[in-house]
Amino acid sequence: MPLFAQMYNFAHWLTQDASEAEDLVQETCMKALKGFSSFRQGSNFRAWIYKILRNTFLTSRTGLKSATLSLDDDDAGLPEPVASATPESILMAGVDHQMIQSALEGLSVQFREVILLCDLEEMSYQEIAETLAVPVGTVMSRLSRARKAMRNALGDVRVRSASR
Amino acid sequence: MICNDMRNKLGPYVDSELSAGELAQFESHLRECPDCAADALGLMKMKHMTRAAAARYSPTPEFRLRMEQSFQTKKKPSWSSGWIPRMAMAAVAAVLLLVSIAFWTTRSNRDREFAELTDMHVATLASANPVDVISTDRHTVKPWFAGKIPFTFNLPELQNSEFTLAGGRVSYFHHSPGAQLLFNLRKHELSVFIFQERPGDVPFSATTLSSTKLAFHVETWSEGGLRYFIVSDAPASDVHALSELMKRAARS
Repeated sequence: MPLFAQMYNFAHWLTQDASEAEDLVQETCMKALKGFSSFRQGSNFRAWIYKILRNTFLTSRTGLKSATLSLDDDDAGLPEPVASATPESILMAGVDHQMIQSALEGLSVQFREVILLCDLEEMSYQEIAETLAVPVGTVMSRLSRARKAMRNALGDVRVRSASR
Repeated sequence: MICNDMRNKLGPYVDSELSAGELAQFESHLRECPDCAADALGLMKMKHMTRAAAARYSPTPEFRLRMEQSFQTKKKPSWSSGWIPRMAMAAVAAVLLLVSIAFWTTRSNRDREFAELTDMHVATLASANPVDVISTDRHTVKPWFAGKIPFTFNLPELQNSEFTLAGGRVSYFHHSPGAQLLFNLRKHELSVFIFQERPGDVPFSATTLSSTKLAFHVETWSEGGLRYFIVSDAPASDVHALSELMKRAARS
C-alpha cells in the first residue's frame, strides 16, 4: 500500500498525534473501500481519497476543534497575514528542515493543509480544489495567504533560534 | 505597477500553474527585474525545502501490519449468508484500490523526482557560481570528486562532439551526495546528475526513460549501481545524444 505512508504522513500533520493519525488513516481506508462505487473512473483518485481523509478529520474531535472557522466558504473569516518586509531570498538563507517543520506546526490547519497538498503532495490547483471542495480561485488566495503566514512563522522561528 | 501585477503570479509560477503565454510574459519580467527574480528563487527554495521537511512521519510497522491484516480479514469469503456478494465486492474493490494506488504512486514518485532535479538544474543555472570545479578537462573534473562522493564514474571523450564540459559540483538527492556535471551545447546547458541507486528506489527498467517537465527534457537510466539523469532545455535528441556518450563512457 504505497499511498498508505503518504496518507499517514498527511494525517499526522493534520492531527499532530500519532495515535489519532492511525485512527484517521484506518477510517479513511474503510470509508474508501465502502464507497469505492462512488469513485468515478477517469476522475482523480488521489483527490478523491484525500478528500475522504480530510472530511473524516474535520468530523473528528480534533478536526472540529481546529475548524472553528468555516473552511469551505470564501475564506472571508481567515486572518490576512501581514506581509514580511524581509525578501524571500534573505529569509530562506540559513533556514533548515527543523525550522520549516516548526513553522508548519505553528500554522492553522487551513493554511497547513493547503501548503502540504501543494508543496508536498504536488497536487495541481485543480486537484487541491477537488480535495478541499472549493473553487480554484479560493485555492490560489488561500495558498498565497498560507505562504505569507509560513514566511512570518519562519521569521519568528529564526528569531527564537538566534536568541537561544 | 508592473511588479505588483507580476507578484500575484509568483505563486502560480513556482507551482507550474501559469499558461504558456503567462509564463513567457512572467519570465521576460524576471529577466528585467532582479527583485522579482530573487523572490521567485526564494519561493522556489521554500517550496523545495517544505517538500523535503514535510515528509516527516512514517507509519509504524505494527500499524502497517494491523492494516494489512484488517484488509485480509475483509477479503475472506463468508459462507454463512448473503454477505458473499458484498465481501466479494469488497475484495475486488480492495484489489482495484491497491492497483490504482500502486500505479499512481510510481508515476507520482517519478514526476516528483524529475521535478526536483529540474528545480536543481534551474537553481544551478541561476547561481552566481554554478560549478565548484571549473574545467573543460574530464581528467580534472573527475578526480575533483574523489573523497567527496562515495562512488566514481567515467566521463566521455568530447573531442569529436558538440558538447563541452563546463565543470561539476557535489549535489544532494534523497539526502545522498552525488555528482552534478554541467555541459554546454551551443547556447544550452545540460546537467548530468549521478547518484547511487538505493534499495526502495522507484524501479527504472534498463531501458532509458524520457520525460518533459515544464519544457525541460529529462532522460534517466540505471547502470552499474548508479542512476543517471540528464536535465536540459536542449532538444530531446541532444539530451539523448549526451546520454549515449555517458553510457559508452560508463562501459569503457
